[in-house]
Amino acid sequence: MHPPTHTASPSELGLWLILAGFGVYHGLNPAMGWLFALARGLQQENPRAVWIALVPIAIGHAASIALAAMIVLALKEFIAMNTLQTATALMLIAFGVYKLMNWYRHPRWVGMRVSLPELAGWSFLMATAHGAGLMAAPALLGVMEMDGLGGMSHSAGANVWLAVSIHTLAMLLTMAIIAWVVYRRLGLMVLRTGWVNFDLIWSVALLFVGGIAFVTAI
Amino acid sequence: MTLLRPDSTFYPSARQAMQAPPERFGYVGFLNVGNGKPDGIAVVDLDPASATYSQILNKIEFPHVGDEVHHFGWNACSSALCPSSAHPHLERRYLLVPTLRTSRIYVIDTKPDPIQARIVKIVDADEVASRAGYSRLHTVHCGPDAIYVNALGGTNDGQGPGGIFMLDHYNFDVLGAWEIDRGPQHLAYDFWWHIGHDVMVTSEWATPAMFENGLNVEDIVNQRFGHALHFWDLRRRRHIQTVDLGAENQMVLELRPAHNPNKTYGFVGVVTNTTDLSSSIWTWYQEQGEWKAKKTIHIPAEPADADHLPDILKPFGAVPPLVTDIDLSLDDRYLYVSCWGTGELRQYDVSDPLNPRLTGSVRLGGVTAKAAHPNGTPLNGGPQMVEISRDGKRVYVTNSLYSTWDDQFYPGLRGWLVKLNANAEGGFAIDPDFFVDFGDTRPHQVRLEGGDASTDSYCFS
Repeated sequence: MHPPTHTASPSELGLWLILAGFGVYHGLNPAMGWLFALARGLQQENPRAVWIALVPIAIGHAASIALAAMIVLALKEFIAMNTLQTATALMLIAFGVYKLMNWYRHPRWVGMRVSLPELAGWSFLMATAHGAGLMAAPALLGVMEMDGLGGMSHSAGANVWLAVSIHTLAMLLTMAIIAWVVYRRLGLMVLRTGWVNFDLIWSVALLFVGGIAFVTAI
Repeated sequence: MTLLRPDSTFYPSARQAMQAPPERFGYVGFLNVGNGKPDGIAVVDLDPASATYSQILNKIEFPHVGDEVHHFGWNACSSALCPSSAHPHLERRYLLVPTLRTSRIYVIDTKPDPIQARIVKIVDADEVASRAGYSRLHTVHCGPDAIYVNALGGTNDGQGPGGIFMLDHYNFDVLGAWEIDRGPQHLAYDFWWHIGHDVMVTSEWATPAMFENGLNVEDIVNQRFGHALHFWDLRRRRHIQTVDLGAENQMVLELRPAHNPNKTYGFVGVVTNTTDLSSSIWTWYQEQGEWKAKKTIHIPAEPADADHLPDILKPFGAVPPLVTDIDLSLDDRYLYVSCWGTGELRQYDVSDPLNPRLTGSVRLGGVTAKAAHPNGTPLNGGPQMVEISRDGKRVYVTNSLYSTWDDQFYPGLRGWLVKLNANAEGGFAIDPDFFVDFGDTRPHQVRLEGGDASTDSYCFS
């Protein structure tokens, strides 16, 4: 364990930024939520429906990240940190390889008419199936190791919940901005050119994060 | 699969798809009957600027004989952009051709060369039967989550129930029957959906035993053909409501739901009415959660001298219109109606779906009318499968219905593909410069490069 410090070092600040950055990235992906919210707004011919739908989508996503956080928090009690870091890195690499081979496969569950709780469930499923929590796990392990943001003394658990919140807020904010820009400014035709292959990028990102985590752990 | 961006033929909404470039090629399913030759898909040049315009560029022949090609469709379409089950990097590349007699599915790859397309996989009847329990494969629709195919028969020797099964998007494996609870549904014909409302609609023709060996007039007189619409929960795969159009309305065929996913209405054609041999179009709609249907177009039979009629029609002294296909333009404005018996193609303005307005009519062939093409070519058969370009400006029509039924109504049928040009504000005319003679082969469905008006589903309005 590191000795307690009273100011966030650059690398520690970096971890929080990484978690927020993952949130931005998850928020950008149309398949993760904002497009569904937009479709509901168009279907109900009501812009408010877009913003309302973003909330359960963020909750579902947060639940998936929180599940990953709970698993690592629990495992930390039984497994040495370094072993846990190495295992997480290896899982990320394995999952990244799997996604690289199967990037085009996605869960099939809902239709276009879903209740708000179902929307949260869908978002949880999408995030979990795509390994969003796994991608955030090395950073979550990192924040367990340090003091709170701005030098406040926090337990590992509190840090993790702060991390989940930062990640989710970044995702929610990104989704809201994108949805607003597409709804009000760009129009849906932007999907034809702008919907880049997030799935392929995603698999590469999983591998990249896994690689970095592995190098850091050993 | 496309590696970086979505397929350029995918559009978020039908309105936006109308801006798509004009089709350069069409794929036309053709039958060979009784001459020992296989069926296949013809690639036709539809580009007026091309030196080979209006010619067949290639024929992809099947390795088997007697398949009875009927409807077919693309593996993927704009529904891949649906946010509930987005698969944005699918590619509109493969034509899936189910066979109506032999229950196979030919998978044809149209890339890299759309003209020299080739068969890359055959899903055989045994796989469909063992995994889904169906036979006599009919229509294909590209869903956001799978490829949906329907079948008119079960695996019990020409009986029902017919139904729907799914194929995997990527490897075309049969995933299994779609229905979890089919309710009272037994007969099948067409299916499509209100994708924005998670509602499936299916229609009714007959069991294979009733149609494979030709039309038995007794079955019409005794009202044994299908006469109902079925509404289903698309997501939970359960039957929710039957709407009976009345037993006198025999053979409820092509379903054309509004392309706008916010709407909950559509059109269906009825082939014949047992009281007066008329055909009709019905508009279905939702009212306070209930599905309803109202007859909105009536097309009467035309009296004729029995001497000029084929044997099957002699007792009636009239030519029934026999509406066998209809098609709705992407702006949900114009409905085209094929009267295969009388040889008439009609255009209706259906902006007000419960009050269609006739805006155009042309004559092509017909049992007694035998109207010639404006280029002077005599035509037999009548307008049957009709397909509209995405921009709504061009309409293509072929003249074969079903092998054994062709022989009863149009003995010695010779195949043709005709093009019509539609005016933006209603009305349309036969293009005198376009005519494809299929000779003694019989063309059925037409699929246009990049999509057409009966392929794609859109999740955005």
